[in-house]
Amino acid sequence: MPPLRLIDGTLVKQGAEAHVYKSTFLYPNVPCLIKVRPTKPYRHATLDMRLTKHRCISEARLLNRCRSMGVLCPTVYFVDEKRGEIIMEWIEGPSVRDFLHNYIDDASDHGKDENKAIDVQLDALMENIGQTIGKLHDIDTIHGDLTTSNLMLKPRESPGTQVLDTADTSLANSDVVLIDFGLGQVSSSDEDKAVDLYVLERAFLSTHPRATRLFDIIIDSYKRNCLGSSVVLRRLQEVRLRGRKKSMVG
Amino acid sequence: MTIAIGLEGSANKLGVGIIRHTPSKPAEILSNIRHTFVSPPGEGFLPKDTAIHHRSWVVKLVKQALKESGVTIREVDCICYTKGPGMGAPLQSVAVAARTLALLWDKPLVGVNHCVGHIEMGREITGADNPVVLYVSGGNTQVIAYADQRYRIFGEALDIAIGNCLDRFARTLNISNDPAPGYNIEQMAKKGKHLIDIPYTVKGMDCSFSGILGFIDAYAGEMLSGAEKRDPDTRELITPEDLCFSLQETAFAMLVEITERAMAHVGSTQVLIVGGVGCNERLQEMMGIMARDRGGSVYATDERFCIDNGIMIAHAGLLAFQTGFTTPIDESTCTQRFRTDEVFVKWRE
Ligand SMILES: Nc1ncnc2c1ncn2[C@@H]1O[C@H](COP(=O)(O)OP(=O)(O)O)[C@@H](O)[C@H]1O
Ligand SMILES: [Mg+2]
Repeated sequence: MPPLRLIDGTLVKQGAEAHVYKSTFLYPNVPCLIKVRPTKPYRHATLDMRLTKHRCISEARLLNRCRSMGVLCPTVYFVDEKRGEIIMEWIEGPSVRDFLHNYIDDASDHGKDENKAIDVQLDALMENIGQTIGKLHDIDTIHGDLTTSNLMLKPRESPGTQVLDTADTSLANSDVVLIDFGLGQVSSSDEDKAVDLYVLERAFLSTHPRATRLFDIIIDSYKRNCLGSSVVLRRLQEVRLRGRKKSMVG
Repeated sequence: MTIAIGLEGSANKLGVGIIRHTPSKPAEILSNIRHTFVSPPGEGFLPKDTAIHHRSWVVKLVKQALKESGVTIREVDCICYTKGPGMGAPLQSVAVAARTLALLWDKPLVGVNHCVGHIEMGREITGADNPVVLYVSGGNTQVIAYADQRYRIFGEALDIAIGNCLDRFARTLNISNDPAPGYNIEQMAKKGKHLIDIPYTVKGMDCSFSGILGFIDAYAGEMLSGAEKRDPDTRELITPEDLCFSLQETAFAMLVEITERAMAHVGSTQVLIVGGVGCNERLQEMMGIMARDRGGSVYATDERFCIDNGIMIAHAGLLAFQTGFTTPIDESTCTQRFRTDEVFVKWRE
């Protein structure tokens, strides 16, 4: 029997397609996130139902798959297929997007030595991201919407760890967690993996134009940490070229 | 006060526009005229024929634009032309005309990126100040946002552009190219009611239309060769109008979705639609519903500005000219590929 709907949740965010609420799961000290995909009135009702249902189920499946195969992501607590809602673990960190925005904007105010220390930390974060995506692809999972909004930082669980906020400069105690798998799929195709990276590349470079250097670290780390990386990266070159070669008339 | 004349001919429309900028006043459109090369049903426009069309009309259009505007040659400050992207031969024929005018009248030239032209004109006309831009035309499908002196591409069609998808679909169904294939599909779609299940492909802020085109081409092919297609629920016959309807509902939902994703990602509630497909009222309506849901609004222009035109080239060119930018004659080339994010946008904060 499905539990009562958790109506005491507070809306924390209107994402691209979801409304997310913060609440607690079973115990008052277990925070959770309720991800709801409201109907999109702009699109045809039939199409809307088809997409919403598919994405909810596919997101829950992929989260479980990643969890069981060692890729860090929120644990699924409960899926209400009828309502199209997922209750999952609450991740107490900023998104990588917010983190980078604060970091890079701050960096211009700091002195040179301080910037160097920041650089080392950022490099480690990028290394970590490349590793996470590499692992994801090695288990033949495509994310489908890789952006820095869909990567979160989670403080590592050890007694006494402080909660990481966007102004915190210590990345050493946090893990990179993947969220938002609604557009994902299971696939071993190099093309799908290459497009996954291409989506990330363009989103990354457009969102953080001053951080071009950082993206190279992600790719480099992916190269070293993903078993099938060489074929995927060759394919990525082709995908990029295709983008540039499009006729663009009119 | 500065005045520019703009020449556009990157595809099958030849446009000439004259604009006046006065500090702290809205831009004034002194004239904006266009002549379109229309190909027969079932055919696209070829570069060679399009270039011939542009060459034979450009002098007439420039004369007419000057006459309508009441501007004298002496008052014109610069000649703006489309540097790219677009089809090689038509671009070149218009660039030659622009160079000739520049030498004849002794005026500086300004090469303009076609996409940036659309964006700047859209912002000027609608007053949208810092929107996420959906640029949809025959050759382009891009989701763009401004940051750090550039229009950055957040998402795009990974294979063919939406306009190209619509045009090719119209050819399969032998829909007329007059005034434009997309316009005729839109009219037919209004009479459609059955939604057929078409591949829906979105990858983050990118999307793909070749799957749709392949599917619907095959489907239409079977229909045209006499196979009966029926709606699984009502058992009613599927009509070409239903195909147009389904194509629009599916493809536009993809466009709205990737735009919404970009808005969520950059934290914006304004959206501006530019480019030829941007005239489509169903697309505008869908985008409007989405934007309202996010507490924002949609900005769109009518066919004078969203279909390729000369005034947008004059406007964007003049913005660059006022920051000191000109294109020397010996560098006044054109280029088929010219990405939106290559342009350094000096005129914005
Ligand atoms: N498990 C989670 N814990 C904490 N915050 C989350 C979690 N999942 C998502 N969020 C926040 O909610 C936002 C939207 O959720 P997301 O799953 O990305 O949906 P959308 O498809 O709408 O982007 C995210 O960008 C993130 O800030
Ligand atoms: Mg998200």
